[in-house]
Amino acid sequence: MQVVFLTFSLTRAPKPQPQTWTGQHEKFIPAGILPCLGLSCQDKDCTPYPRYNTTVPLRDNYPPRQHSSLNPTSSVLRTLDRRHRTRREGRNCIRYRCGLTNTIQDVLNQRPGWVEVKEDGDWDFNWCDVGWLRENFDHSYMEEHVRICHFRNHYELTRKNLMVKNLKRYRKTLEREAGRMEAAKCDFFPCTFVLPSEYHIFVEEFKRSPGSTWIMKPVARSQGKGIFLFRKLKDIIDWKKDGSRSEEQKDEAQVESYVAQRYIENPYLIAGRKFDLRVYVLVTSYIPLKAWLYRDGFARFSNTRFSLSSIDDQYVHLTNVAVQKTAPDYDPEKGCKWQMQPLRCYLTAKHGFETVQTLSKEIDNIFIRSLLSVQKTIINDKHCFELYGYDILLDQDLKPWLIEVNASPSLTASSQEDYDLKYRLLEDTLHIVDMEGRLTGKEKRVGGFDLMWNDGPVYTDVGLEALGSSCLVANTHLGCVNDRQKQLQQLLKPFPGQKKT
Amino acid sequence: MLDESAELSVSITQIVQRLKGTHLHSQLEKQAKECLHKPEIKLETLKDDVRRLLKASGWERKLQNAVYRELHILPPPGHPRAPPEHTKEPLAYMCKAQVNWEKRILKSLNSMCTELGIPLARKRPVPEQKELTNKWNEMGTDEPDLSKFRPVYAPKDFLEVLVGLRNPNNERSEDLTVRSHWGLIQVSLNVRNIPQMREMYPELGLTFGQLGIDDHTHVPPDLFESEHIHIGKKVVSEQDSAAAQQYSRQGCPTGLRAQLWSLILNTTNDPEDITHYEQLKARVIHHALLVDNLIYKDVKLTASNDDYYFVFEDYLYQVLLCFSRDTSVLEHFNYNSATPPKSCIQSKSGSEQSAVVYPPNGVIPFHGFSMYVAPLCFLYNEPSKLYSVFREMYIRYFFRLHSISSLPSGIVSLCLQFERLLQSHLPQLFYHLREIGAQPLRIAFKWIVRAFSGYLSTDQLLLLWDRILGYDSLEIVAVLAAAVFAFRAENLMEVTSLASAEAVLADLSTLKMKESHIGLELPEGALYSKDPYFVQAAFSPMNFSIMHDPRS
Repeated sequence: MQVVFLTFSLTRAPKPQPQTWTGQHEKFIPAGILPCLGLSCQDKDCTPYPRYNTTVPLRDNYPPRQHSSLNPTSSVLRTLDRRHRTRREGRNCIRYRCGLTNTIQDVLNQRPGWVEVKEDGDWDFNWCDVGWLRENFDHSYMEEHVRICHFRNHYELTRKNLMVKNLKRYRKTLEREAGRMEAAKCDFFPCTFVLPSEYHIFVEEFKRSPGSTWIMKPVARSQGKGIFLFRKLKDIIDWKKDGSRSEEQKDEAQVESYVAQRYIENPYLIAGRKFDLRVYVLVTSYIPLKAWLYRDGFARFSNTRFSLSSIDDQYVHLTNVAVQKTAPDYDPEKGCKWQMQPLRCYLTAKHGFETVQTLSKEIDNIFIRSLLSVQKTIINDKHCFELYGYDILLDQDLKPWLIEVNASPSLTASSQEDYDLKYRLLEDTLHIVDMEGRLTGKEKRVGGFDLMWNDGPVYTDVGLEALGSSCLVANTHLGCVNDRQKQLQQLLKPFPGQKKT
Repeated sequence: MLDESAELSVSITQIVQRLKGTHLHSQLEKQAKECLHKPEIKLETLKDDVRRLLKASGWERKLQNAVYRELHILPPPGHPRAPPEHTKEPLAYMCKAQVNWEKRILKSLNSMCTELGIPLARKRPVPEQKELTNKWNEMGTDEPDLSKFRPVYAPKDFLEVLVGLRNPNNERSEDLTVRSHWGLIQVSLNVRNIPQMREMYPELGLTFGQLGIDDHTHVPPDLFESEHIHIGKKVVSEQDSAAAQQYSRQGCPTGLRAQLWSLILNTTNDPEDITHYEQLKARVIHHALLVDNLIYKDVKLTASNDDYYFVFEDYLYQVLLCFSRDTSVLEHFNYNSATPPKSCIQSKSGSEQSAVVYPPNGVIPFHGFSMYVAPLCFLYNEPSKLYSVFREMYIRYFFRLHSISSLPSGIVSLCLQFERLLQSHLPQLFYHLREIGAQPLRIAFKWIVRAFSGYLSTDQLLLLWDRILGYDSLEIVAVLAAAVFAFRAENLMEVTSLASAEAVLADLSTLKMKESHIGLELPEGALYSKDPYFVQAAFSPMNFSIMHDPRS
């Protein structure tokens, strides 16, 4: 599968790996393996704690299963963590590296006590792009307290073909182990095939449902590039040998994988317009799985009115802001986004509180199942966290469908409101990553994030059980009021050296 | 003066008169006749039996709701010898001001007509009719050149007219008290003071639960909320307008609001209503009006640029275009100080001229008019339903926001109410703003004219409008406007120009009234004590650096 890394070909040539370690015996240990145990610490003060064998075989793809069994108890980790904190407080600042030039840079810039480091300097926190990660991750050694914004093989979930592969496998396992009912809970992604490898089963399925519409997406491109709709097999045959493409593109097409996905023909429309949802989920650990759901998010509207009769007009169908921006009548002043709150308000007004509650439960289910489907595949690493941007589509029956997951959700803001949302989101992400050591680790809510899964479902503390009812309410509040500042004020200790107001 | 019973009998006669011949009337008759075939009807107790059956089948409730609706739009009975114009507006100088204002609007409209060479109305050629029919659901995708059109007037122009209002009986300025010089509104009208407001708005007191306002009540919020939702469902199932209105005073739950509002307004979505809407649509398709361009332009300028409402662009065209053709709206001019404008049409021969109301509904849209409809799109997605709710809201409330009148809920009273509240409770702030040339009303006027639509976030706005419907009054709009000043008072005390004061108050969308619900409480710190902060809009304190806690 050389195909997989195609998108990254634009990144720089490998540089000498940064010499961030002081040790001698741990040369070229893949950072995703050892340091995540929290035990390869170079600090002399840490040695009284039992050190596991640090000469683990060095492999590129270390099976994650093994080190989960090596995982020390969380209390040991916490103690270690605290010791590190004390040490870091001595340094009194957090050195960060930022590979992106948008909202995240502002957030990092304005965070009290954080300083940016130059290209090759040592860092404690790295918000890198996936290209950097691929080039450098395996060569860098990371200290215990260091954090980085991607998991090593994040693409298992975020690449369209791999996501489907993982979900299908997970569904099969569930069916085998827990029965059909349980497996049916995974039926939230449209029927999808990877081309060219699954071309034959795709054709079979295609012929079984004549007249249906399908969508083709290149697996490794984002922002709606290279996507088209079709209804006849002839269309993709033509496309395969399309003479109009240049030689260069043809070469690319030979290795480029596509997915063919059953198109959702009955999307939920608001005032005749199609939209999809962008929701943010933060994963701080895969083993055990710990995932947070952000309250804010947005609905992206298509600028044109929806009708299936115009399948050539991709502006109708694709709600990506990136695509919409190139539409001939796109007006940047207009905005095509709704925040989650008005959407929730709209849906509640139309369908009632209970329906919306059920819908958000089903959406939670999508997040959790999709994360569980890659839990054993993703290389768990204590240094890593990941902010996913989920794209969800609703159909007329208010059933949510998973369209795709993005590992680097666009953090470039399209408007002030959008900027504010992303700023809040990233600030809260940093609160949870907690470089400053201001949390206890037992929080169920930090700012706009609600803890959704912590090795099992998380329920709210307050509410009905206080009134004697035994029913459990999921601890997620998508599209609810985000009174994060008040909550943060109560929750967080002030930044070091800052007075609480 | 009439005594109460005489007054009542006058009202009853009027209502009976109005309900006679309505669709409801004929339906009731039909139902009563059908009853006669039932075995349980006895001849000797005929009247009671029929009544009982009508009650059991829900028809009595429908009649009650219809009567209740008539009571809302029934003008207060005047002196029997007073001419009918007096119910429109009793004060001569107000009438005159309104007439002059209308002349100005018409002049502006006429000059636009001549300038652009566009007729007030024209029949569309058949191909154009077909095109419009096809595009009916996506009118927003059309991008006609509207650069030549400008709104007939904006709230700012209207404010100038209100500022210029003078009572000729008070001509000598030295007779005025010092206080009446403070504000922009120079006429004296009777507006409620705080104790009177406490009487008027008992449910907004501290001891009452407000949907989501939990800080000051003694009931745990979840308990209040679930109880409130439970009651709401009951109100809906009872189909009782009066109960729904009372209920709305404490806020409607989002999931029930659409039903509750249409119950309060007694709007239905019967086949007749749908037919009526379809007729209006046909009229739009057959004829093009000059005001269509104004509507189009207004939607483009306001709602289409709004973060919440841009989605509903198509609905807004549909509703507003139909509204402009709806002659049943004319009825509200019986109690509106405004008079529908007239224009002359020439018959085909050219010999005869006859005056017709223009536009057919008598309402000339101004800049921001579409914002009266926009929030309702969050509640109703069938255009016919959306339409009838909007029309009812307009003929009950919104017309008051752009007609010069002395009525308590009229725009002049609201402005005065706003100024008085600020003057008496934040005199320093008022003085400061006045001194730097930032009269508070100059900033607040646009909020009031639009009943805050487009300024508050939708969820908050709907909670505000809950109270408008619940109390059948727009007064709460003025109170909220004053509350906004109170909540940003500290920042406002520091500004030194109108522009910077406007900047402080530019963005109201972050105003949060406690956990997403409006906190239009008038609590002890306000109406209920001597404290200066008379409205506790329980805004999230962190949105401002200036949250006042009256008790601290």
